[in-house]
Amino acid sequence: MYQMISLISTWAIPVMIAFIPLYAYARKVPVYESFVDGAKEGFGTAIAIIPHLVGMMVAISVFRASGALDYLMGFISPLLRGLGVPAEVLPLGLLRPLTGTGSLAYTTELIRVHGPDSLIGRIASTIQGSTDTTLYVLTVYFGAVGIRNGRYALKVGLFSDLVGFAAAIAVCLLVFG
Amino acid sequence: MINGIWLGMILIGFVFAAVNGRMDAFTGAVFDGAKNGVTVSFGLISVLVFWLGIMKIAEDAGLLRTIARVLGPVVRFLFPDVPKGHPAIGYILSNMSANLLGLGNAATPMGIKAMQELQTLNPDKDTATPAMCTLLALNTASITLIPATLIAIRLNYGSADPAGIVGTTLAATLVATLAAVFADRLCRRLHLLRRPPGPPAARRSRTGGGTASPPPVAHSQAKG
Repeated sequence: MYQMISLISTWAIPVMIAFIPLYAYARKVPVYESFVDGAKEGFGTAIAIIPHLVGMMVAISVFRASGALDYLMGFISPLLRGLGVPAEVLPLGLLRPLTGTGSLAYTTELIRVHGPDSLIGRIASTIQGSTDTTLYVLTVYFGAVGIRNGRYALKVGLFSDLVGFAAAIAVCLLVFG
Repeated sequence: MINGIWLGMILIGFVFAAVNGRMDAFTGAVFDGAKNGVTVSFGLISVLVFWLGIMKIAEDAGLLRTIARVLGPVVRFLFPDVPKGHPAIGYILSNMSANLLGLGNAATPMGIKAMQELQTLNPDKDTATPAMCTLLALNTASITLIPATLIAIRLNYGSADPAGIVGTTLAATLVATLAAVFADRLCRRLHLLRRPPGPPAARRSRTGGGTASPPPVAHSQAKG
């Protein structure tokens, strides 16, 4: 099952890139002109995201560098240790929705120190792999179309992060614990 | 909420920097963060330009419409307010399948394109529609069949069973996605209950007044 999915994953992009233009050409679409026409929008879209991403990255960066994030992580870790959850993975719950690179670095560090096949290494891998960076996704997707009022989207994203975090720990404790 | 979180992170950062005597780190972090934001955006240029080009070919060939017709019913359940056969559905489906296969750098351009298509259906361009919130919820939870990056890292550190986390990740991501869809539905309901058409209309009339159409005209003039 895993082999099959991973085979599909490696083939998906090359097949799409070969098949889409071929199919279009057969239907008499001027493929190269179409490509250039669509690609033109890409630059403007990426540029439109800059103000949103800069604003968000500055806030996150300041929050981390000031020591506020470390303090908060040190504060919540003991709260959950009582449940049999290794305290080392708890900061990930806070880090994951805020910064993708930061949480990946933290996960890699846990894997390096405790080993990839340790309970901590497996839980950290599962947490890192099971959700995306909510704040980044929100900033990029809404930034690209100029949405300023995201309504309840952030709440929903953070809620699902929390549920995913708890589920990752619970499933790992059940399977590997 | 986003305003509160943004201001909160900066102010809390300021207070902690003051208490910890890290004011120089604070200043450094501001410019590092800004640089990072630009770097990430620039990194998006190449994937956005390329994928939006490929997707344009797919759109011109009618492929997106075909996909939307075949798989439309799945999307209709999640996005009831997107009209049948609208191009947004094709992009939403492409985004969801790219996420599923763990193709992050293809998923983002398609998701952004889906957002742009949903924006054409949006009466109030500054405020997210329920469909946009649903798309965002699906992407923050991001169902992934194969967490490729993590398998690579685990392999790198000598794991005997690098893919051993595929099952647990799938279980956790499914639960997170279900929670996201459920919470999104709940919020959508509550939002409709709490705010019947009144306040948004009032807001629109306050900002736009009787001149509902001139701003877009001025905008397109400024652009062209």
